[in-house]
Amino acid sequence: MAEFLQFLFSGLTVGAIYALVAIGFTLIYNASDVVNFAQGEFVMLGGMTTVFLGYVGVPLPLATIVAILATTAVGFALYRLAIATAREADAVTLIIITIGASIFIRGVAEIVFDKRFHSLPPLLSNDPIRVGGAAILPQSLVVLAGALIILLLLWAFIERTMFGKAVIATSANRIAARLVGIDTQIIVGACFALAAAIGAIAGILVTPITLTSYNVGTLLALKGFAAAMLGGIGSATGAVVGGILLGLLEALAAGYVSASYKDAVAFVVILTVLFAMPHGLFGKTKVERV
Amino acid sequence: MSVLPADRFRGLPQQRLFSLVPLAAIILLMPLMFSSAYYYRVAALVFIFAIAALGLNLLMGFAGQVSLGHAGFMGIGAYSVAIGPAHLGISPLPSFVLGVMISTLVAFVVGRPILRLKGHYLAVATLGFGVLLAVAFTNEASWTGGPDGMIVPHLALLGRPLRGPEPWYWISASTFLVGAAVALNLIASPTGRALRGIHDSEIAARMLGVDVAGKKLIIFVVAAVYASVAGSYLALLNSYITPDVSSFLRSIELVAMVVLGGMGSIPGSLVGSAVLVILPQALAFFHDYEHMMLGLIVMSVMIFLRRGILPSVTAAFAQRHK
Repeated sequence: MAEFLQFLFSGLTVGAIYALVAIGFTLIYNASDVVNFAQGEFVMLGGMTTVFLGYVGVPLPLATIVAILATTAVGFALYRLAIATAREADAVTLIIITIGASIFIRGVAEIVFDKRFHSLPPLLSNDPIRVGGAAILPQSLVVLAGALIILLLLWAFIERTMFGKAVIATSANRIAARLVGIDTQIIVGACFALAAAIGAIAGILVTPITLTSYNVGTLLALKGFAAAMLGGIGSATGAVVGGILLGLLEALAAGYVSASYKDAVAFVVILTVLFAMPHGLFGKTKVERV
Repeated sequence: MSVLPADRFRGLPQQRLFSLVPLAAIILLMPLMFSSAYYYRVAALVFIFAIAALGLNLLMGFAGQVSLGHAGFMGIGAYSVAIGPAHLGISPLPSFVLGVMISTLVAFVVGRPILRLKGHYLAVATLGFGVLLAVAFTNEASWTGGPDGMIVPHLALLGRPLRGPEPWYWISASTFLVGAAVALNLIASPTGRALRGIHDSEIAARMLGVDVAGKKLIIFVVAAVYASVAGSYLALLNSYITPDVSSFLRSIELVAMVVLGGMGSIPGSLVGSAVLVILPQALAFFHDYEHMMLGLIVMSVMIFLRRGILPSVTAAFAQRHK
């Protein structure tokens, strides 16, 4: 039981990060139909920028804020300079652009930062809390609480503000949104910026536990994408559930099956779910028009 | 979608194959510029990846089905020529054939359920398939040597072992020619027309009596065979193989080759492969700036030549000469 609790908590922690990456995917996908494979780089940028600002003597709270703002700017620039310039291109072409962007961001990180692993001091203490025989890092709780707060804020922002309503309108129908006077360019740009900010926060939260380096983004993008698809692309609930589920699956597979086969187990489950539900857990069934 | 370059290849088989003559001439003449074995090696790599990209292009460009796990089939081909001689006592050439057969079988079994999925769901399912294979290659160390990889013995042809990159240049280039000829014929066949119908609208194609699932499966298997051949060649050229051959990044690279060169353009597969194989070699000159430049170039090409290098350049050229 203690073992199970241990796996459960590590799964939830990783799952929360996957969920934040997946919600970033969903946000950008809904607003612009772009599958953004550079989403993982935002997570890397958040963690790495904070670490390196810390190294040059910037106090950590300030470093955190600067890192989030800088990553947000990168997200907006990605939209303005690359995606918006290539508008009306194929879906696959846009995916390759975001992959190019992720190689580029990683390449810049390699130069500006370095190729080693880095960590941040945890927000609370480093002593594990004992719950039912399992040891839980306080930072895990910080990650979970952080993820929960971000998701609630995002929900409130989308559902309760005028700007959020414009986002919903844009994702429902871009042309109709433009007709009622919404500047969809700004909305889509804002969604990129917001997704980048969420990624950066996720990166800062998780760095004390998993460490960070210039190339952590690729794997996170892959997992976030898989999580978003497991949940059903375009569904915010799906992204969160998909992310948590993927994290839990990996942790339980690593604990009970084999650590080296955890990715395999996770993908076998994803494949099985997709064979049974071709649109993911919460995805809408689309009808193809002839 | 009449803009597909394939439409230009309609006509008699002789005419279709005639379009490959310039390519054959380039293959014959290019070694005149090669001053060292290094050039042969890079050129062989270009053709090897072009073979895999060509297969993937049939799947993506003509049938409109994405695969983010195609390097998995390269892995099957590569590990066949490695494991066959090392553990099973099968010599390299039959191992190569065995690899093609295994890829065919795997593609056939996996293809049916996977190809029911559409768009991004198909992408994530193929991605999962690729990850599964890569994980297996990494962890079954007693068979594959694990993350460190394993040595691949030389292939002997007519009693002579093929050493060095030069024979592999000729083998991979001529295989690419054969592969292109097969692809051109396939596109012009009833199956090819059915595939383009599926690309435009699956439902419309089904209403016209096209066996959608069957046709998709055929092209998926064909693409798998191309990748398997390329994987075997890669392993034999390098005499060494690591699980990296079937990694997610390799799959992405193959997709990038197809899209960069031009989806639905057969010579485009070669152009895309040439760009992504030669560019990192050339950019090694920039040392630390290599990845940054690579990302920047990939992004710029896709932004400014969004239909792919070859179709965009050809279109611009045709415009000027109107």
